[in-house]
Amino acid sequence: MTEIQNEVVTSRAARREATKENAVTEPLLKIRGLNVSFGTGKKAREVLHGVDLDVYPGETVAIVGESGSGKSTTAAAVIDLLPGTGKVTGGTIELDGVDITRASRREMESIRGREIGYVPQDPMSNLNPVWSIGFQVEEAIRANGLASGRREVRARAIEVLQNAGLADAERRLHQFPHQFSGGMRQRALIGIGLAADPKLLIADEPTSALDVTVQRVILDHLASLTRDKGTSVLFITHDLGLAADRADRIVVMNQGEIVEAGPSRVILENPQHPYTQRLVAAAPSLASQRIQAAVEERGVEHLEDVADAHPVVEVRDLTKDYRIRKGGFRSEPFRAVDGVSFQIPRGKTLALVGESGSGKSTVAKMVLQLETATSGQILIDGKDTAQMGQKDVFRLRSRMQPVFQDPYGSLDPLRSIGALIAEPLRIHGVGDEKSRQARVFELLEQVSLPRELAWRYPNELSGGQRQRIAIARALALKPAIVVLDEAVSALDVLVQDQILKLLADLQGELGLTYLFITHDLAVVRVAADLVCVMEKGRVVEQGTVDEIFANPQEAYTQRLLDAIPGASVNLAGH
Amino acid sequence: MSSNATHYVAPVKAEQVVVDAVRLDEKKSNLWLDAWRDLRRRPLFWISVVMCAIIVVVALWPSLFTSVPPQGSGACFLSKSNAGPEPGHPLGFTRLGCDVWSRLVHGTSVSMAVGLMATAIGTLIGVIMGALAAFYGGFLDSLLSRVGDIFFTIPYIVAAIVVMTVVPRDLRNELVLAFAIGGFSWASTARIMRAEVLRVKQLDFVMASVSLGLSRFKTLVVHVLPNALAPVIVVATIGLGSAIVAEATLSFLGVGLGGVSWGADISQAQTSIRTSPMALFWPSLALTVTVLAFVTLGELLRDALDPKSRAQR
Amino acid sequence: MATYILRRIIQVIPVFIGATLLIYFMVFGMPGDPIAALFGDKQPPQAVIDQIRERYLLDQPFIVQYLNYLAGILRFDLGTTFTGQSVGEVLGRTFPVTLRLAVLSILIAFVLSIVIGATSAMLKGTVYDHFQLVVALIFIAVPIFVLAFMAQYFLAVQLGWFKPTVGGQNNWGDLWLPALVLGFSVYAASMRLTRSSMIESLGQDWVRTAYSKGLTRGRVIPVHVLRNSLIPMVTDTATNFGILMVGATVTEGIFNVPGVGNALYQAILRHETPTVVSFVTVFVVVYVLVNLLVDLLYGLLDPRIRYVK
Repeated sequence: MTEIQNEVVTSRAARREATKENAVTEPLLKIRGLNVSFGTGKKAREVLHGVDLDVYPGETVAIVGESGSGKSTTAAAVIDLLPGTGKVTGGTIELDGVDITRASRREMESIRGREIGYVPQDPMSNLNPVWSIGFQVEEAIRANGLASGRREVRARAIEVLQNAGLADAERRLHQFPHQFSGGMRQRALIGIGLAADPKLLIADEPTSALDVTVQRVILDHLASLTRDKGTSVLFITHDLGLAADRADRIVVMNQGEIVEAGPSRVILENPQHPYTQRLVAAAPSLASQRIQAAVEERGVEHLEDVADAHPVVEVRDLTKDYRIRKGGFRSEPFRAVDGVSFQIPRGKTLALVGESGSGKSTVAKMVLQLETATSGQILIDGKDTAQMGQKDVFRLRSRMQPVFQDPYGSLDPLRSIGALIAEPLRIHGVGDEKSRQARVFELLEQVSLPRELAWRYPNELSGGQRQRIAIARALALKPAIVVLDEAVSALDVLVQDQILKLLADLQGELGLTYLFITHDLAVVRVAADLVCVMEKGRVVEQGTVDEIFANPQEAYTQRLLDAIPGASVNLAGH
Repeated sequence: MSSNATHYVAPVKAEQVVVDAVRLDEKKSNLWLDAWRDLRRRPLFWISVVMCAIIVVVALWPSLFTSVPPQGSGACFLSKSNAGPEPGHPLGFTRLGCDVWSRLVHGTSVSMAVGLMATAIGTLIGVIMGALAAFYGGFLDSLLSRVGDIFFTIPYIVAAIVVMTVVPRDLRNELVLAFAIGGFSWASTARIMRAEVLRVKQLDFVMASVSLGLSRFKTLVVHVLPNALAPVIVVATIGLGSAIVAEATLSFLGVGLGGVSWGADISQAQTSIRTSPMALFWPSLALTVTVLAFVTLGELLRDALDPKSRAQR
Repeated sequence: MATYILRRIIQVIPVFIGATLLIYFMVFGMPGDPIAALFGDKQPPQAVIDQIRERYLLDQPFIVQYLNYLAGILRFDLGTTFTGQSVGEVLGRTFPVTLRLAVLSILIAFVLSIVIGATSAMLKGTVYDHFQLVVALIFIAVPIFVLAFMAQYFLAVQLGWFKPTVGGQNNWGDLWLPALVLGFSVYAASMRLTRSSMIESLGQDWVRTAYSKGLTRGRVIPVHVLRNSLIPMVTDTATNFGILMVGATVTEGIFNVPGVGNALYQAILRHETPTVVSFVTVFVVVYVLVNLLVDLLYGLLDPRIRYVK
């Protein structure tokens, strides 16, 4: 072994002793003045500017930031896995007092896995689909010298998967990633990351690709594993509430710099930097708690207070069946939506909330007349859509417009923004060329975008800006109803907050009725008046948001509420 | 930052506080604009464009480049068989005594005519079949895909050989040859088109368009097709090169047009390869350069239009 | 997996019927006298005409003709050439030669495309990468018969490294020159495909995860990059096979290799349409089988197909 490897290994033994005695002297990971750049020569750009960070033995530190803040880049720099042309251009990263930015490739290879473990974000794309899970676990075991000889390696692999919480580990070894669920895959990845018992575990948004109830279980498990082994964790996330729940200290990053750092409590209860203050104000998980507190004071809004004799949208006993091909030549019926009923009064927002597979998007598509219902009724303004002829459906469309989830896929990339916004006007034959252009400018102003954008292309805009264009397009025909299908789920926290405020303003100004589809119950608290909780195609519980949050009746609803991160931090007074 | 209880706050910078600002100072950007900007920086692009332009000009106006007819009793003299260059005949003579340079020039017209027509036919059929199969799915998709498989299974040159063998000699003209080549080479274009349309179909803007009130068919034509065309254009450009080679191969085998053609010239010259290799060399060079120009252009277009490689630039 | 295999085999049947029907139709189903189509300008003796009429049932409706032809294929009875030899016998003689040539060519093309494609991918953007691109473009553009003549002229006639023609008595060694020509004519497009497939594989998330486990580059590249690129490369080999068949026709003709391609080449030159049809049918059948094999291999390589959820 080389010098660096020797040093690291011997100091590890010393570290274990120190942690046990609770004598905290030096940090395990010490980053000073870290600069990272991408590109070479003239195209070089610095993305991290002078980052300082400490992680002590046994502690969990969360790096919180939006996309482009540099949080993932920092994590990648520590384990020397910067993508593409990225490289460290300044500063030091010390692991147990040894600067690993100067380590050779071979030295890094031995440090990875053994000293520093890594758990990536997306469980589907981070496991090689052509090799079995067992193969991928075993190669980690072999590479880090944890066992040798087929039987020993196999036994260790089973142990790793069992510790990660996978039942029936022996059988699972022979299975392939596509045969596992998302949560199981992430457990396997966590198992692989911890297999060699590293001192430091880097977890890069380890659960953001999973359903929120699964998230909670897995993070609890991860916390118990790292607590038992005394592993330090560097936890990357965009969710401030989650960071507060899971980390001892929070480091807030923005545009490649650290803007604030300190104990979790302190950061959330007393943020000093304006950026942190905005994050704390905007994070739905935290905002929902504040609203909850306010409601407890003023009193719960009930369904009777809100309901309307003539709801704008009414859905009765809606059902949708699909046929799924089962391998061979047979196909099975699959009930995606099962007897769903709800009403939306004028000017209010109803949220359909559920995890993946709950059927909420299918309901939205049926309301939008993009899919036909198998049975049940959809009444818009009291009229049954199933009874409508083609011309009536066409006219109906001008009263009901969608905003979809993917900002990068909802605008035709070859059309100019002006053309995209004007398209509904053109299809429905509203006005002439001049009046349409005037309307386009009017709409751009309503969504707070400069009118010069009318001649630009969607390619040039950020996700939030594209969603605003999608909203402008949806408002072109002055609809009464807007169906928002996970419209803010793909956006950064601050941008999400902006869009939600915009939507609220527009609702007040124009008297719009919203059907809001989301998987995030915290956002529901912030944005909706009424809520339907869906699971596996059925409505589990529904009522006003106040009622559901204050007094949930069903176990599933309670589980969803418990899974909202940030519950452990008390925000009274802010 | 040296103790784990400290609360560090960085100094505030103005630009950090604005959320999601719109940047209007950059150039307009979409797939084609970006591709153009990328291509025009590459010298290889301009070289291939100029070559293609020259070839097209020669093909359209051969009389600008030579006044000697390429064939016929007034121009070919057996006495000059395989003779070397002389004034008025810069590249010498073929085995049958025809002017090599003239046959090169007129051969360009033939190759380009057949090549362009065959590519146009193949691409048109491929685009229609692929788009219909992908957009309507279900039974139509299975049917059209099976038909595509059948045509895919028969290598198009082999099929063209069979067709041209069967067609009587006096009916062999450029159009028939173009149909023979294009009518069998559409299957790969159809597959690419189908894959692209399937990809674009999933994107939300298709759903948005339908919910605005546009019919599914109009959505296909107005929104889906233009976004699916990029790979097809790349394949068509490269396919033009392949079509030109196909025409030359068929003429080489004797089942092509029979008149002026680079392939026929190469076939003729092969018996005297040891004594006068130049008669073989010139049409080979012309063929290679022509195909190279179009294939290079196609490959450069592919790199420029590939969204994955663009993202890295 | 079993259903996958079954479905693939079932899908092959209509394709096989469709392809053979199409070929047969092109020759015998077009309006006009098929005899004229078969013989072109030549006017064969009446006896031959009668024999052809009888053999191909030209007086019967088209569908009967086709079924008769199909039955012949399945019986391995492919008719006789104009010189009286049975096509089956000619095949028996020539097929082993072409097989040897094909194996050599595919090997050369495969090795070239993997080595150059992989190295170009890993050295993306360097001078080496650009150089290989230009070389590949040249080989894509040069038609195979031009390549064959150049190879014949320079390597055999001028430099004398190889025999210019192969001839009747031959063994593996004599086939190197035509195999090189075929291999080089085909490697370029495969190389580009290997390169882009490798670049895509290199950028995959699981590669980063593999490194994070502490694996060395020597392990990650073959196990997590190359192995995943195998799938598109295998399907590409099937396409190459089709191109090679056409190329073999020309190459065998030029180098005088006594293989199936040469037999077809001679039949085309002599305008012996029925023989051409027989050989083309054989080509198509072999191609269909190769595609089927590749599809099955694909099922083996990709566990998502082998083990359906």
